[in-house]
Amino acid sequence: MSNEPVLLQVNNLTKRFGEKTILNGLSLAVPKGKVFVILGPSGCGKSTFLRCLNGLEPVQDGAIVLDGENLTAKKTDWRSVRQKVGMVFQSYDLFPNMTVIDNILLGPLKVQKRNKDEALQQARELLTRVGLADRETAYPRELSGGQKQRIAIVRALCMNPEIMLFDEVTASLDPEMVREVLEVILNLAKQGMTMLIVTHEMQFARMVADEVIFMDKGDICEAGPPEDFFTSPKTDRAKQFLNILQF
Amino acid sequence: MLNSGIDVLFQGINLQRLLLGLWVTARIALISIILSFFFGILFGVLRTTGPKAVKVVLRLYLELFRIIPILVWLFVFYFVLPADFEINLSAEVVSILVFSLWGAAEMSDIVRGAVISLPVHQAESGKALGLSVWQLYRHVLIPQAMKRTLPPAINLATRLIKTTALLVMIGVIEVIKVGQQIIEQSSTEYPTAAFWVYAFIFVLYFIICYPLSAVSRRLERKWAA
Repeated sequence: MSNEPVLLQVNNLTKRFGEKTILNGLSLAVPKGKVFVILGPSGCGKSTFLRCLNGLEPVQDGAIVLDGENLTAKKTDWRSVRQKVGMVFQSYDLFPNMTVIDNILLGPLKVQKRNKDEALQQARELLTRVGLADRETAYPRELSGGQKQRIAIVRALCMNPEIMLFDEVTASLDPEMVREVLEVILNLAKQGMTMLIVTHEMQFARMVADEVIFMDKGDICEAGPPEDFFTSPKTDRAKQFLNILQF
Repeated sequence: MLNSGIDVLFQGINLQRLLLGLWVTARIALISIILSFFFGILFGVLRTTGPKAVKVVLRLYLELFRIIPILVWLFVFYFVLPADFEINLSAEVVSILVFSLWGAAEMSDIVRGAVISLPVHQAESGKALGLSVWQLYRHVLIPQAMKRTLPPAINLATRLIKTTALLVMIGVIEVIKVGQQIIEQSSTEYPTAAFWVYAFIFVLYFIICYPLSAVSRRLERKWAA
């Protein structure tokens, strides 16, 4: 499929909440620079999968290997892993007690202990790239949902992550704001950022994905290039899923 | 009759004595409030993130101070400790100790409530940035929780101030005790002394407690914006 080295390798990942199995032996290999879009009905475990990748959810079995480092080993330093794995959530989760720039610089300055001038310069470049250079000193409550979500992306990017995880980042946005956020992600794809994207925006998925992963009941049901998946899905479950969407 | 009675306040050094009594009240209350808030925040945070055993102990501690009347705690520390354990503490130290323990217990519950009422995503996005638990509390959770803590914390502070009235019972010469002494000394000369002395004490308590409520309201308005 690709000659790029594998950045993220997931083997037989199993996650249970009590008796309930959420991820049922899922395996996946993401090459560097590729964009994987994860689709699937709600409750199929796609959000949980992303959360397992940066240690927000403990897993019961299987292996996650990021850039050669086994994250499911006993003594994983999740704090250092999280600097390499950027994550943006569905809810606009900026810290309301800080300005935009303080939100962005918190990680670089406090976690990565970087030089303030250098981090500030990068933050401003990123803000310019998402068209929000003038909102540096605004508080989150003064921003629209779409702006907040773009800032949240910048906040994750300013840590210089190796991979970005997007968990339904447009799901709670007003429709007219979805586009501005998706464009930011599309630009990231063009720049070669490795990304795992959970979304319900099918048009966008088709446009941005190198590989579509269709999940059902905690496992990968079907995987392939977007054109194949959207025009001729192989499994009945995927056909059913796409039919429901074609209203 | 009532008109002439007000003179009791200005008789001799009565006014000075009352104000000195107020200073004792204010000093005990202020030190207790500061200690309460400091330990209350610490215990409150531990109750949201500490090891299970610590949580259980802190919970038990809170319940003990809620269930047992403060007067009983004062008696235990003032009368029982010296009698049975030969630990002699001055009435003022006992007051500060009991009030701080009580205040910290109540404050811990206020802080815990405020922290767990924050959206879970706040903690998660902080963790996703790689913040340590300490950094997460220091920069994200505590600043946000403090706003929610303010109204009940001010309420607690005024309760602590008002409850200093109980300290009469262990012999602290605070403002009410001084008032009682003045009333006893002057009741033949001024039959309405009780009215005027207590009215004055009422005003004194109001002067201490009202600014707290005013500050609280102002901060709430400022933070709500």
